[in-house]
Amino acid sequence: MGTRLGKQTIRLDSKPVIQSWASIVGAKEGHGPLGRYFDEIIEDEYFGEKSFERAESKFLRETLAKTLMKGGVSAGDIQYIFAGDLLNQCVAANFGLRESEIPFFGLYGACSTMAESLTLGSLMVEGGFAERCVCITSSHFCSAEKQFRFPLEFGNQRPPTAQWTVTGSGGVMVGKAGDGPRVVHVTTGKIVDMGITDSNDMGSAMAPAACDTITAHFRETNLPLNHYELIVTGDLGIHGKNLCLKLLEENGITIGDFYDDCGVMIYDQKKQKTDCGGSGCACSAVVLAGYILEKLSKRELNRVLFVATGALHSPITVQQGESIPAIAHAVGIEMV
Amino acid sequence: MEQKRTKEEYKKWSQQQAPRTPKARNLIMAFFVGGIICTIGQLILRALLNTGMPKDDASSLTTLFMIFIGAFLTGLNVYDDIGRVGGAGAAIPVTGFANSIVSPAMEYKKEGYVMGVGARMFLIAGPVLVYGIISSIVVGIIYYLVTR
Repeated sequence: MGTRLGKQTIRLDSKPVIQSWASIVGAKEGHGPLGRYFDEIIEDEYFGEKSFERAESKFLRETLAKTLMKGGVSAGDIQYIFAGDLLNQCVAANFGLRESEIPFFGLYGACSTMAESLTLGSLMVEGGFAERCVCITSSHFCSAEKQFRFPLEFGNQRPPTAQWTVTGSGGVMVGKAGDGPRVVHVTTGKIVDMGITDSNDMGSAMAPAACDTITAHFRETNLPLNHYELIVTGDLGIHGKNLCLKLLEENGITIGDFYDDCGVMIYDQKKQKTDCGGSGCACSAVVLAGYILEKLSKRELNRVLFVATGALHSPITVQQGESIPAIAHAVGIEMV
Repeated sequence: MEQKRTKEEYKKWSQQQAPRTPKARNLIMAFFVGGIICTIGQLILRALLNTGMPKDDASSLTTLFMIFIGAFLTGLNVYDDIGRVGGAGAAIPVTGFANSIVSPAMEYKKEGYVMGVGARMFLIAGPVLVYGIISSIVVGIIYYLVTR
């Protein structure tokens, strides 16, 4: 039934299994360094639909179908789906899954949603309330730019701390049995706000939240720092990754040799001109469902701490001069 | 978390380590991109004057040509690339103004012609128009009082 280890961390004693996973990405991600790990690359940014919002829903819907197919199950075998995205009122998930006929929880954790959904899905399985849950998120560069920044064809300059929203969707299916990677610990983040007001500098806003959650994870689990072969944050980008490492070192946590960031991994910053790197719900989701779980299942990695990070602001709060609250959730995934 | 820094200290600390805006490169590119756009405008003006058109008519028509070029390049998905390289050099000439109106019009077409294109067209240009008109009124009043 799981054991509470501290204020933020639960150990899942039944170790729910990630039975299948799938990722579908856009052209830029597909041409990036991790391109070969993704299940499908869609060159058309509209994905054959008439709007970017519909395209994002389709990314999510197709990823769900692929996750179920790879797991060899049908929608009727899934008890719950935990899904979210960046759009207002989570419409990509709501619309993408409206025909799925699966009991649905819509989540908003900004770019941290993948770890949030994986946490809740695993707890649902651990608690015995579900045989299988699907945890899935999406984001789309074009729909995110439209909602959070400027029209696509507007000729403005991107500041060097800006990040590039990942187009795509990643999903995983968590269940009771199997021999895939297992969810062993979950550490739920607290909202951390260090007063950053620049919405073009998410790395600075989110780094303290990532540091806070990683510190809590090691404090409450009592695991040695070298327990994990890879600790990976969601979308801090080059700048945020650097800040996070320094903040962790100040807390006595030195993980430089096995720490990386999905936002840094997914693009070739120099060639693809993405400035500080990738961001968005799909950033951590596709790196998890594409690269990390693949490496785990081949036992090229055995223990990974997946820490998705999110900036919990809206365009309105930024215009009103409010600072940007941030959050990070950690999920310890291990091959047993 | 036991923060070792106050919010102000953190902001300063993180900004110190942030990647810098390449100011010299941006200034040079803005100079050249803006210069090229203005040279094209000047060429059009000269060509029109050579046809014997009065100067006022020729300069109005030149502006129209430049607005068309800005709007056309926006429609061809080219002006955003010019803007990314040229910065203010691409934003300040009237071509940039055309870009700021055409780009939201294109983006919000899916939301319909009234609440989409109509309502959002001046999303970026709106503040420029409002404060441009206000300052022209203020300058006009000053001009009137000084030259009376």
